[in-house]
Amino acid sequence: MSTSTTIPRVSGDTGPNGHLEELRGDPIGLLSRVRAECGDVGVFNLAGRDVVLATGAEANEAYFRAPDDVLDQGEAYPFMTPIFGKGVVFDAPPERRKEMLRNQALRGDQMKEHAATIEHEVGRMVAGWGESGEIDLLDWFAELTIYTTSSCLIGPRFREELDGSFARLYHDLERGTDALAFVDPYLPIESFARRDRARIALVELVQAIMTRRAAAGPPKDGEWDMLDVLMVLTDDADNARFSADEITGIFISMMFAGHHTSSGTAAWTLIELLRHPQAMAQVVTELDDLYADGREVSFQALREIPFLESTLKETLRLHPPLILLLRIAKQPIEIGGYTVPSGAMVGASPAVSNRIPADFPQPDTFDPSRYLEPRQEDLINRWTWIPFGAGRHRCVGSAFAMMQLKAIFSVILRDYEFELAQPSETYRDDVTKMVIQLQQPCRVRYRRRVR
Amino acid sequence: MRVVVDRDLCQGHAMCASEAPAVFAVGKHDDQVRVLDETPSPAERDAVRRAITYCPTGALSVQED
Repeated sequence: MSTSTTIPRVSGDTGPNGHLEELRGDPIGLLSRVRAECGDVGVFNLAGRDVVLATGAEANEAYFRAPDDVLDQGEAYPFMTPIFGKGVVFDAPPERRKEMLRNQALRGDQMKEHAATIEHEVGRMVAGWGESGEIDLLDWFAELTIYTTSSCLIGPRFREELDGSFARLYHDLERGTDALAFVDPYLPIESFARRDRARIALVELVQAIMTRRAAAGPPKDGEWDMLDVLMVLTDDADNARFSADEITGIFISMMFAGHHTSSGTAAWTLIELLRHPQAMAQVVTELDDLYADGREVSFQALREIPFLESTLKETLRLHPPLILLLRIAKQPIEIGGYTVPSGAMVGASPAVSNRIPADFPQPDTFDPSRYLEPRQEDLINRWTWIPFGAGRHRCVGSAFAMMQLKAIFSVILRDYEFELAQPSETYRDDVTKMVIQLQQPCRVRYRRRVR
Repeated sequence: MRVVVDRDLCQGHAMCASEAPAVFAVGKHDDQVRVLDETPSPAERDAVRRAITYCPTGALSVQED
């Protein structure tokens, strides 16, 4: 196959910033059109920089197998720098990631404790629900997942310092991810100003916790969380190694990958189940049967719940939390028969690849049975079923995420039934930021189950 | 059957080791899985199948004889 031909370019490169405005308004429309017009490899113009978009199994495999010295993540997400703070990179290098897996409680052997934590946190969130009422899915799941991620990743002692105000500030960070950051992440626009105010407020919150802890002295053995550990680390001159600003950046980055992703997937799972009553009935029956013997959620959430898992996978396929993954080519790389030059941005799109009709028949139809044997469309299409990415940088939290979602639905569907509180088609994503979230209002009603 | 690990993909999650401890191990300081038994007996078939299913990175497969 020739590798010297020019990579095709998608139409619509008309604005002063190329396709930036389209990416800010209808990103999935743009990314889908790249594939429709150009095939597996095509180029769009992001504020004067070419982005080579790979879709389909062959191009995705080349993309996801590429080592870091060929496709690098370090500088690919300029909108994250003001959120994490200088010096905290979006994604650690592979050696550090391995270390994170070993040390930071994402391993299989830590999962049982996390499952118990999540069950407990869901219980606290529904404690004030009463017999019936209404919730906003974005607000509710975003707050719940602040508590679960902070407790599981940083520690229960830190989680106890947090309330809804932390979740609201964190939300302002996530909203500060306008693609205008590809022009300049510090442009004077309202969402960036809110982002920066929120980060300052979070640093003040963490500083206040540190001041209280410093006055109270160290906790008992076995009660230390990551903040206690970071506070006692010193440099060679015996000064505190990390400032409140740096610690806040570390915590923001640790929680970032697991927060809006899990929150959005939980909300979309509930919406899809309410749109498909037969699937909901099947999930509820499955859970009722499994838990009929009174077994613990923390036990079962780690084990097979086949139909619920299929529902989660299908929700992730249709509503992947990240629609565009980006790298920078540090060396020329061959993708799908083309040579991508050094310096180009290279993208992969879960939103596009997850709906390729040849791999996923009737790609726009919600059909959890895709994942049951013998179809197993997630395993068969390992390079196109990519809600968690794939390859070297595949989401290290995917097992945690699936466990968390299984635990959440085990609890809320055991005790409550739900109904949509607005027309089905009005539940949609706000895609105007790089971090996609449900558009509000996105309300559902709940009622305690009668058994 | 023969167990195959794609070393480009394994991230050392150790989910396989909890599903099929006779076949897979990930030590505290290991970056990737160690295969204890490359040609497991048919008695391990279900456990290996679960390990493949629950590997978060899809790094495991088997070649049938």
